Amino acid sequence: MTPLVDPLLSGPIGLQEILVVVFKVVVAFAFLMVAVMFMVWFERKLIGDMQNRIGPNRAGPWGILQTLADGVKLFFKEDLLPDNADRFVFKLAPYLALIPAFLIFTVVPVGGNYSTGDGTVSLFGEETLLQVADPPVGVLFVLAMSSVAVYGVMLAGWSSGSKYPLLGSVRATAQMISYEAALSLSVLSVILLSGTLSTSGIVAEQSQWNWNLWLTGFIPFAIFLISGTAELNRPPFDLVEAEQELVGGFHTEYSAVRFALFFLAEFMNTVTMSAIIVTLFLGGPNGPMFGPEWLQSWVLPSLWFFLKLFVFLFVFVWFRATLPRFRYDQLMDMGWKLLIPAALGWFLILAGIQVASDNDDINLALVVIVGVAIFFAGMGLLMLAMRSSRRQRQLSGVTD
Amino acid sequence: METTFDLPANIAFGVIAVAIIVAAIRVVTTRNIVHAALWLVVVLGGVGAIYILLQAEFVAVVQYLVYIGAIVVLFLFGIMLTRAPLGEMLDLTNRTMRVGAIITAVILVTIMVFSVVDSFRDEEVDFIAYSGDVAAAQTFADLSAEEQETVLDEVAAIGAEGTDLGPVGRTETVSDSIFRDYLIPFEVISALLLAALIGAIVIARRD
Repeated sequence: MTPLVDPLLSGPIGLQEILVVVFKVVVAFAFLMVAVMFMVWFERKLIGDMQNRIGPNRAGPWGILQTLADGVKLFFKEDLLPDNADRFVFKLAPYLALIPAFLIFTVVPVGGNYSTGDGTVSLFGEETLLQVADPPVGVLFVLAMSSVAVYGVMLAGWSSGSKYPLLGSVRATAQMISYEAALSLSVLSVILLSGTLSTSGIVAEQSQWNWNLWLTGFIPFAIFLISGTAELNRPPFDLVEAEQELVGGFHTEYSAVRFALFFLAEFMNTVTMSAIIVTLFLGGPNGPMFGPEWLQSWVLPSLWFFLKLFVFLFVFVWFRATLPRFRYDQLMDMGWKLLIPAALGWFLILAGIQVASDNDDINLALVVIVGVAIFFAGMGLLMLAMRSSRRQRQLSGVTD
Repeated sequence: METTFDLPANIAFGVIAVAIIVAAIRVVTTRNIVHAALWLVVVLGGVGAIYILLQAEFVAVVQYLVYIGAIVVLFLFGIMLTRAPLGEMLDLTNRTMRVGAIITAVILVTIMVFSVVDSFRDEEVDFIAYSGDVAAAQTFADLSAEEQETVLDEVAAIGAEGTDLGPVGRTETVSDSIFRDYLIPFEVISALLLAALIGAIVIARRD
């Protein structure tokens, strides 16, 4: 019999399907590896330029092989294991950091014509989407994996058996849990507008310039970008590995291959986070379509996708080069007292607009104006309340 | 006639179940508190895997998101904030606990076996009835050969459309039952959670 769903491939799965899946996994993995190598070099080179330095320039033209050289060096270095360490967890942690980073990328549609077609391309005679997997709960899967990614950092710090890594990992955990809430709440707006949890569905909803960036009114995008940067522990939110305070943070005790794995995971997370932003807010592979069939189905969508991806990779490096690091209480204040209320309030406005646009009796413009006015009034009141409570604390000497 | 016994699914269930049981035993026997939390992750992950096996993708992902991604992370965070011991803590388990554990296990198994036997009796649990057409709740084996053919054809047609994952696992089904059939219990639970949240704030306040 044919089962309805076949998670274990017990049904009639032919060579074609397996070939397509294997091909997609291999290509996605290879792409991520190359993207990470490029990203490491790009960040060092760009930050060199922004700081009036030259940056890597020895290995290969423009130093482009620098990452490869570093990788080879790290592979052949001695792998230290601290005496105090919890051996098994210490060895496990780098993989816990790396695997979610890769898994998130599997649900990102990297190409396919969603503007004039349905996003499928023909691969080995199979009509398929250009993403490794398309689960109906793709966005939730992304959120789940990004919350599982906390384990790598947390356990690395704990299992090292020394104080700086432990402090770094406690900071990291608190930061990632806090910003996860803001991240999820801003994604809610996108889900509300798209009416689907699947990543390919969200991209399909954004065809013909109906990008969520302007449909959701910029604020969820801004919240997502900020909390995404915090979730990645990248500057200006890199308190987790603040060199001046914590040596290297959670990976202080790591060396050689295991350190390389953490490094890899960090940059892989940067690439996947950019890809998720592009998918959720900038229409993924959507863009102007012209030319012959092969150009429309294979080349242009992926070209648009990678262009947008590149913009965000640049933005992350730009953040690092320009913004000073946040203090820890500032970071927590911003997450809990600004981003989460803003994301929630904006979500309510969008829900109101959605109801108003479904219902002919309600004046849509009025709902928008009143909603936005209430939102800003509420945020203003919240800011005033926080300012007065801070003054109170200063007066009573609790904080400076 | 083709059998409704799904061998790969049963093998997968066996493997997952064994992993869950071993991990659950380790949660209570290990003397390292962080290891106990990590074994708990294995248990919860295994439960999520069983949800996937039962085609409940939404519940599975939420299981990972909430239990593994939030609750156990908070457990570990609490452990690290307070003392973060490396190595074994000898007072975490002791001999008298074994007696209690055995008694609890026996009682639990008795209750579970009784409830399963009592609710199903000698009914055959049918794959089709659970994953496809709920209205056809009679057992697949009771149907005549022709009727079996039609059911299989219908199932194949649904499968070919690629739209129906069975009524159980789809997000729409979950949300419909929460926000329509069980709206009041849901609201009561949210009020309870809100009360707990406010209580936590009140306890944590210094003044």
